[in-house]
Amino acid sequence: MTTVYVPRDSSARSVGADQVVAAIELEAARLGAPVEVVRNGSRGMMWLEPLVEVVSARGRVAYGPVTPDDVAGLFAAGFLDGDAHELGQGLTDQIPWLAEQDRLTFSRVGVIDPLSTQDYLSHGGLFALRRALTMTPQQICDEVTQSGLRGRGGAGFPVGVKWRTVLDAPGSPKFVTCNADEGDSGTFADRMLMEGDPFMLIEGMVIAGIAVDAHEGFIYIRSEYPDAVATMRAAIETAYQAGWLGSRILGSEHGFDLEIRVGAGAYICGEETAMLESLEGKRGVVRAKPPLPAIEGLFGKPTVVNNVLSLASVLVVLAHGAQFYRDFGVGHSRGTQVFQLAGNVARGGIVETAFGITLGQMLEKFGGGTISGRPVRAVQVGGPLGAYLPPAQFDLPLDYEVFAEAGAMIGHGGIVVFDDTVNMAVQARFAMEFCATESCGKCTPCRVGAVRGVEVIDRIVAGQQTAANVVLLQDLCELMTDGSLCAMGGLTPMPVRSVLQHFPEDLDRPEGARP
Amino acid sequence: MLSDVSPRHAPWSPDVALETIGAHAGQRGPLLPVLHALQATFGYVDPRAVPLVAKTLNLSRADVHGVLTFYPDLRSTPPGKMRVQVCRGEACQSVGGHALAKHATSSLGTDFGGTADDGSVTLDEVFCLGNCALGPTVTVDGRMHGRVHAADLDLLLSTNDVNNADVSGDLT
Repeated sequence: MTTVYVPRDSSARSVGADQVVAAIELEAARLGAPVEVVRNGSRGMMWLEPLVEVVSARGRVAYGPVTPDDVAGLFAAGFLDGDAHELGQGLTDQIPWLAEQDRLTFSRVGVIDPLSTQDYLSHGGLFALRRALTMTPQQICDEVTQSGLRGRGGAGFPVGVKWRTVLDAPGSPKFVTCNADEGDSGTFADRMLMEGDPFMLIEGMVIAGIAVDAHEGFIYIRSEYPDAVATMRAAIETAYQAGWLGSRILGSEHGFDLEIRVGAGAYICGEETAMLESLEGKRGVVRAKPPLPAIEGLFGKPTVVNNVLSLASVLVVLAHGAQFYRDFGVGHSRGTQVFQLAGNVARGGIVETAFGITLGQMLEKFGGGTISGRPVRAVQVGGPLGAYLPPAQFDLPLDYEVFAEAGAMIGHGGIVVFDDTVNMAVQARFAMEFCATESCGKCTPCRVGAVRGVEVIDRIVAGQQTAANVVLLQDLCELMTDGSLCAMGGLTPMPVRSVLQHFPEDLDRPEGARP
Repeated sequence: MLSDVSPRHAPWSPDVALETIGAHAGQRGPLLPVLHALQATFGYVDPRAVPLVAKTLNLSRADVHGVLTFYPDLRSTPPGKMRVQVCRGEACQSVGGHALAKHATSSLGTDFGGTADDGSVTLDEVFCLGNCALGPTVTVDGRMHGRVHAADLDLLLSTNDVNNADVSGDLT
């Protein structure tokens, strides 16, 4: 029996993975070849999807991108023995794009059957939880703090400090919530982890529960990720059966219950307080802070709110120790970040690497230029609220503080590439338009400012009093940054200002020009 | 109003609505799961369900109305037979998303957020489907497709079988 891996990841399915599986099963039956197809997560080399891997005597051999029409030829060429074919990529683990990464958090994604407890255990699963069960809550919080792990959702707050605050906060019950409302365009790491290694997130939530003395958790997943919802639900059910969730976890005194809640298309619910409101069944309107969610969060109780990758990264910290994790990275940006190369890029996908690599290295070494073959003109880092950076800035190392100083942010690690056909005035306008669409409406700078922002940019593009309107736009950006209640209105000016700073020629319209 | 709803949805019935609400009423913060369940059952949240939800969950009708109208996913009118979403996020914009969006609205004869006059299709915009390295991305009846340009969209829509919707996305 030969084992063949074809991803169940929704991105792989979007380009025909299911049809490839059907073709493989049909051809295997026709030839009488004993083949077992396992649906794994994606290795994150999206340009090779659907990526088919065959377990050969030499190891896992990759072929991609495979279409159903290629399948008969692959069989004929002897792909079940790992033989050569024009789609052959060699041994998966030796593909340089993959081999040169630091896959710590994503070590199992694409490797295992996501819903196999046996696969999970044989690849280091539960090691961190077993260790956590021997530690006191304070020790867990301290170790996470020492690792330097900062929240991967975008804000970059130290995870251990947040946990310690919840642990020390009076009140009961306490909650652990996972923010899986990954709404930033250009980001998909949370989705791929939930689809490719769901037990890792469950284990991270249970450890967070032990660390802060909480016994109930919620994962808030956006509705745009139906496959992630289905996979996480199936994994939770399996985890209960295996004793990884429930009243006595792994036979210990600790109990933890976990459930999935699904969003309903509102980007703002990725803001932590709006997410808590939504979990409570209300409109996703942001709350004023303080009080912090760590003190008064879900249903007014002390609550951990962490991103998927933050909770998953805790496993690396506990399994290998704080020092191991700390040794990756630079400055105050420790460990690895799961970057996501997206947009107009030849080799897009998941690049997990230590902080400190420059944007240019990321684009050259991994991105391989644009898919259109045209020169790169701009790269947006950190989602819709992140800055657009020109090639002159590509020497910036990916480091929270360096990016902040440059008027940019790393955010959730999305890197969206644009070629030279992009009109940056359109992108600046879109930033304001997106904010106007997605604003929760609670504070005026965001609700009204974004609408005014669209109007001002329209006037600039139409060549109406261009210079005066650029000044007005800059004033508006300052007001939104300083006066908004949350990051939605507060950071929308970041992409707009970056266009004004780095691409002024696209907004420099002669008087009376037509758009 | 369209009477001919998608074949996989139940026609409006207060009894079915109450049963659906009751199945989710016991959890913490039940309103959003209840509304998702109603939409999964009927294809939309009928305004006639609002007082039933309010009464069962001990909320005001204004509370329910407020939540129903806040979330873009929740609809108060029946959808078309087929549902198409086109991603408008930056990653898809960078690979031809603007052109695809324009093609979708003109070829389907409706703006985003609308349903074609004959009830055949509802077209929505969506901000990111998490397929950002394989855009432009669309969904047709819940199934995601990557690297979709104008001609691919036409082909997808002409070959889509409304009875073969992707049911993996049970969001209740």
